[in-house]
Amino acid sequence: MNLTGSKMKKLLLTGSFGLTLISILLGFLVGAIVLLIAGFNPLEAYWAIIKGVLSKPKYVSYVIIYATPLIITGLSVAFALRTGLFNIGAEGQFIVGAMAAAIAGYFIQLPILLHVPLCIFLAMSAGAVWGGIAGHIKARFGVHEVISTIMLNWIALYLSNWSLTLQMFGKQGTGKSHMIQETARIDLFGQWKITEAGIEFIRSHKVLGDILKSPVNLGIIFALLFAFLMWYILNKTTLGYELRAVGFNPDAAEYGGINVKKSIITSMSIAGSLAGAAGALQVMGVSHKIAKLAIMEGYGFDGIAVALIGNNTGPGSVFAGLLFGALKYGGAKIQDAVGAPTEVINIVVGTIILFIAMPKLIQVIFKSRKG
Amino acid sequence: MAAIDFSHIAVEMSGITKKFGDFVANEEINLTVHRGEVHALLGENGAGKTTLMNVLYGLLKPSTGTIKINGKSLNIFDPNIAIKNGIGMVHQHFMLVESFSVTENIVLGNESTKSFGILDTERAEEEVVHLSEQYGLTVDAKALIQDLSVGSQQRVEILKTLYRGANILILDEPTAVLTPQEIRELVAIISNLTKAGKSIIIITHKLNEIKQMADFCTIIRRGRHVDTVKVSEVTEEELAAKMVGREVSFKVAKEKQNPGEKILDIRELYVEDSRGVMVVNGLNLQLHKGEILGIAGVDGNGQTQLIETLTGLRKAKSGRIEVLGKNITNLSPGKIINKHKVSHIPEDRQKRGLVFEFDIAENMILESYFKPAFSKRFTLLRQNIYKNAATLIEKFDIRPQDATVQAKSLSGGNQQKMIIAREVSNEPELLVAAQPTRGLDVGAIEYVHQALVAQRNEGKAVLLVSFELDEVMNVSDRIAVIFEGKIVGVLDADDADEKEIGLLMAGGTA
Ligand SMILES: Nc1ncnc2c1ncn2[C@@H]1O[C@H](COP(=O)(O)OP(=O)(O)OP(=O)(O)O)[C@@H](O)[C@H]1O
Ligand SMILES: [Mg+2]
Repeated sequence: MNLTGSKMKKLLLTGSFGLTLISILLGFLVGAIVLLIAGFNPLEAYWAIIKGVLSKPKYVSYVIIYATPLIITGLSVAFALRTGLFNIGAEGQFIVGAMAAAIAGYFIQLPILLHVPLCIFLAMSAGAVWGGIAGHIKARFGVHEVISTIMLNWIALYLSNWSLTLQMFGKQGTGKSHMIQETARIDLFGQWKITEAGIEFIRSHKVLGDILKSPVNLGIIFALLFAFLMWYILNKTTLGYELRAVGFNPDAAEYGGINVKKSIITSMSIAGSLAGAAGALQVMGVSHKIAKLAIMEGYGFDGIAVALIGNNTGPGSVFAGLLFGALKYGGAKIQDAVGAPTEVINIVVGTIILFIAMPKLIQVIFKSRKG
Repeated sequence: MAAIDFSHIAVEMSGITKKFGDFVANEEINLTVHRGEVHALLGENGAGKTTLMNVLYGLLKPSTGTIKINGKSLNIFDPNIAIKNGIGMVHQHFMLVESFSVTENIVLGNESTKSFGILDTERAEEEVVHLSEQYGLTVDAKALIQDLSVGSQQRVEILKTLYRGANILILDEPTAVLTPQEIRELVAIISNLTKAGKSIIIITHKLNEIKQMADFCTIIRRGRHVDTVKVSEVTEEELAAKMVGREVSFKVAKEKQNPGEKILDIRELYVEDSRGVMVVNGLNLQLHKGEILGIAGVDGNGQTQLIETLTGLRKAKSGRIEVLGKNITNLSPGKIINKHKVSHIPEDRQKRGLVFEFDIAENMILESYFKPAFSKRFTLLRQNIYKNAATLIEKFDIRPQDATVQAKSLSGGNQQKMIIAREVSNEPELLVAAQPTRGLDVGAIEYVHQALVAQRNEGKAVLLVSFELDEVMNVSDRIAVIFEGKIVGVLDADDADEKEIGLLMAGGTA
């Protein structure tokens, strides 16, 4: 007992896990100060978040739904970072993935067991191409991936918006695409929920019924699967060995006979395919369509913070994604509870995130500047 | 010796113990250094020298023990406290900001500012120039660190400690990275410093340097204090024996052996360095089975680029390299290692040789992770990987004997042993060894030399590149002298004479 106690203490104090916890606490503290300055009671506000996240099964379910794309874009950024690459492009990869899934989900007719995997596969391929381009540009011309991925983000955004202007795909005048086929959706009980029996079930079952009130879907299963796959690939396979070696010390990797340029492209492609999958799952499980984007939605950018908080590991990203989802979903509830305007809430949530992610972001930037 | 003020004890460390987990790196060590004294620390790789100095400098907190500086008991738990008390340290690996100027690096964290936090560059530069003239530490105050030689960078590190008012200087293996000329300059600098009443603690594996520079020498073995001796009263052999705990042979024993077929054939090789200057200029070289060929030369005559080209890390401009009759010119490192069986002990173990964040076992498979012994259908075979490491750790006496330790927490010498273990275990036809004994203790050097000779006796070829003429003359069968990117003479090691080689190295004709 004593031994595990002291081990625990050591882990908390010296390990990166402890650092993360401390930054999370600090983040909340500074968030509280912001609230105080704006004239609101931080305790009430935070209590509203906790209640808004945990007090009903439906809320928990919403948090998971919010968290799903963030976990996966987090994995995308984390995977690249483990190879020493800063994937700012998860945003764009997410967009092309969503677009690919929406197109494949609308135009192709297939039974569900084929249609769903096909959509995800195509979306991952699109994301892989998008990430791979950045990797290729870096390997070939030495252009830093941060620069190329930022540009690719904008190209993705305009490409997606342009696709909506096409007669056959966009619903004219709405700025939205047509809904994808039922067979391309991963909602759980989506159709059944609006039948008589479904409505009756929801009314009579307290917990399950409440959960079903949220758009439950299979996304989180995929997210967990991807987290496991990432852990497995990085730690158990020869590919992971190569990528980690390149990430830690490209000179030594080159010396050891590892093809560093190929590794960069591979890593960015895998990272891109993950972000692409996140976009697909969002379309297939939640929105069922894509819409015109005036600005970036921020899934990819949030993924950066998720990856940093999660220490670039699979399990870490799941944890951080959930934390993020909870803040995003629960944060909105401060408004009702203490009457703070959304702007203040966004500042508070932003501050918390900034505090959590900043120390690590600085580390990463310094590391990539040295390399 | 004349400079020592025995009435003034500058450093008194007593009963210092430092543990890393269960591992005891320092055990009850005592160290006394007087004002104006040069005190050498001697010990095998991993003996705990750097650890002890890190304790003195406040980078590590001792588990037990006390430290007195100039008679005052101190709790040094942070380098700032050490610096305030006049202690300065130049690390085994420099800690300079490459893109900053010399002056900026020296005043970093100690800026004399005008107002509003703006650095007063002119005044700072004046101070730096003044200090450097005072102690003969020649360096251009305006130059950027990245443009300086290793020797100059070291002078910057020393200036930095002096600028902060250091009276006690710790130098951790300062000569390991220096050329003979730079070492002579350092000796002069140290003498200037002690004359000014400064105390120096110096770590080095080179016994002749201890004889040359130090007044006293403390010997540490496996974390324990063995002895403190007056340097003028002991021989190099006695020092070596005290440190290793047995007699050490400085001569390499090897039977005469007739070389076999040609393994390496380099014809008219031209290579540019990173700045585009041609540094290998029509080089020709042949090497046979069962032969050690030493390349002697002053640093900067194209050795680095030659090795890089040979191992696929740099492209040749023109010329041809053959291994066992097959052309390997400008192939990828992977091909050269795996298909043509060339192993390489790199000159820079930090940069090339190791992945610091990997553990010992992972580092041991850097070139062979994909081979059937270590992976099956793209999955790493963890058990085999760690068993392999355990075997090599045992065979090459790598300490600590734990395959799961990260490479970065090993002492410099043990890191080098890891690389040698890996490269030799790859069973190469040709082993390219660049500065293979840099930073190694005499016992380990003996071991490495024996390993190179064993390769040769097995009928493999060894290309040894070293800036230390002693080493080249001692280990090689033949010696090729390189000057300005060309081989200017090849001699049989048996009848080679140091003067003759020295002359060739300087560009003269023998
Ligand atoms: N942070 C650390 N964690 C665990 N072990 C460590 C750590 N730092 C050093 N050690 C171990 O302590 C021992 C002493 O290391 P140290 O660096 O002091 O050796 P050294 O005498 O300077 O050797 P060298 O001549 O090779 O530089 C080594 O076995 C090393 O592996
Ligand atoms: Mg050391």
